[in-house]
Amino acid sequence: MILLLMLFVFMLAIAVGNELISKVPPTLHTPLMSGANAVSGITIVGALMCAQFTDGLPSQVLGVIAIALATINVVGGFMVTDRMLAMFSSKKKKEGK
Amino acid sequence: MDGFTPEGLLYLVATFLFILGIKRLSKVRTARSGNQLAAIGMLLAIVVTLVSPEGGVDLGWTTVAVGLILGGLVGGVLAKRVEMTGMPELVALFNGFGGLASTFVAVTEFWGRFGNVDIGTPVDAAGDVVLGGSVWAIAIVLSVLIGTVTFTGSLIAMGKLSGKISGNPVILPGRHLITAVLLIGGIVAGVYGTFYCEGNTAVMMVGLLALGAGLFGIISVLPIGGADMPVVVSLLNSYSGLAASMAGFVIGNSLLIVAGALVGAAGLILTMVMCKAMNRSLGNVLIGGFGGDAPAAGGGGADEYTGVKSAGPEEAAMILEAATSVIFIPGYGMAVAQAQHIVKELGEEMEKRGAEVRYAIHPVAGRMPGHMNVLLAESDVPYEQLWELERINGDFKTTDVTVIIGANDVVNPEAIENPQSPIAGMPILNAHESGTVLMIKRSLSAGYAGIKNPLFERDNTYMCFGDGKAFIVDVVNELKEA
Repeated sequence: MILLLMLFVFMLAIAVGNELISKVPPTLHTPLMSGANAVSGITIVGALMCAQFTDGLPSQVLGVIAIALATINVVGGFMVTDRMLAMFSSKKKKEGK
Repeated sequence: MDGFTPEGLLYLVATFLFILGIKRLSKVRTARSGNQLAAIGMLLAIVVTLVSPEGGVDLGWTTVAVGLILGGLVGGVLAKRVEMTGMPELVALFNGFGGLASTFVAVTEFWGRFGNVDIGTPVDAAGDVVLGGSVWAIAIVLSVLIGTVTFTGSLIAMGKLSGKISGNPVILPGRHLITAVLLIGGIVAGVYGTFYCEGNTAVMMVGLLALGAGLFGIISVLPIGGADMPVVVSLLNSYSGLAASMAGFVIGNSLLIVAGALVGAAGLILTMVMCKAMNRSLGNVLIGGFGGDAPAAGGGGADEYTGVKSAGPEEAAMILEAATSVIFIPGYGMAVAQAQHIVKELGEEMEKRGAEVRYAIHPVAGRMPGHMNVLLAESDVPYEQLWELERINGDFKTTDVTVIIGANDVVNPEAIENPQSPIAGMPILNAHESGTVLMIKRSLSAGYAGIKNPLFERDNTYMCFGDGKAFIVDVVNELKEA
């Protein structure tokens, strides 16, 4: 039952993502790709939760690497996206879409 | 995990922030705040995970601290240092890291339960309650598979974008067979390992799966030409989301499932948009063998062109002096030459002279969608001067001069005039319809599609050979003296 719920959640999230993204103007495609990529760094939560298994050297190494890689994705991703978007917003010119 | 707990509720808040963030990222005015909202959601998710009894108590704090600090520093420095032109490569690299992290999450989780670490010890993992054997095993296979393909594929894409690996399609003999064997072999090993093995054998089988998937990623991206890399990066971005989502099934965490699925859908839609702009199907792109850095067989060398007229900076300046309307078409060449600032200066000079100045942005100009917008924004070109293809294409007929800076395939009239052309049907900017075309380019070499561009030899076209930046500097100086 819980698995079924999870599959429901998965399907709905796909549908939502579909709707959100289909309305983006081309100008924002690169920042969007970069921002979405940063969100996919959510796997960092998985990496952190897995750190509880680190009771052997190999898996400890694996754990550190997983956390480090995910952190690079998250920190770098959001920062680089912000850098790109800062250039747009400094114009203060708006155009609905 | 997914009981009614404080951390569960806070995860829900984080999920909401992600959705809101991506929603706001889709409007120019709210994009920056959207990115910040998503980042806050991520911070919330990380902090909650760190302090929650689920993860917090048993966490190896040294492990966590080392990983977070190391990753934060590397990510931060890379993001601060990168040039705007290097952005696509960096996104590809980040993406690959995300994919690999998902692989490691699945492997670590698997190792923790079935690996050589005290098999007898019952591991009290949260996911244990939620997911039973076979579904859990399938999720592990999928997240290792997708995560590793994302990783190696992204590295190859990065290499091709930065020119470290040849942008030409690299075709191995029998590659379809090889990729099929790798993929199927990897999956078989993974399924065998997760379903039927224990201890070292199981871990080894999952290792084989990762190896197969990794090689599959490399061999799949190698035959794809440099011109198609944006599509590949976009697709791999989608994969990395799916990998995170599958990792969510592995550890029984709905936050991972939702956020990963959102990104998976986002990347796929973006990929479709890009394929459509090139009038190619996704399957056609992935089969590869199309487009490279050098002219492909039958492509345009300089000797194929007849009646090409060229103009120096002086002539170009004279042509521009007489113009009352100008459209600039930037391409990847502008990014390479770092010419965006001087292009803007030229635009301003023209405006001072009373000319109407606009920039026409082809959806796939540059190496990523929106690449040109980012560069022009960097040099402070007003947003309302940037025009998308559909909105400006009818206006070329009434435009005096079109200045093309380092773009080629996106203005190739073959796409609409020659049904036999490989790019037939691709939407192009109708630069050839304008009064005069100034094409600033280093040589007559072909673009990424590797085909001849008859625009070069049109009567109304002047080829302006030289480095984009140096040439425009000269033109601006001429205009200022005049």
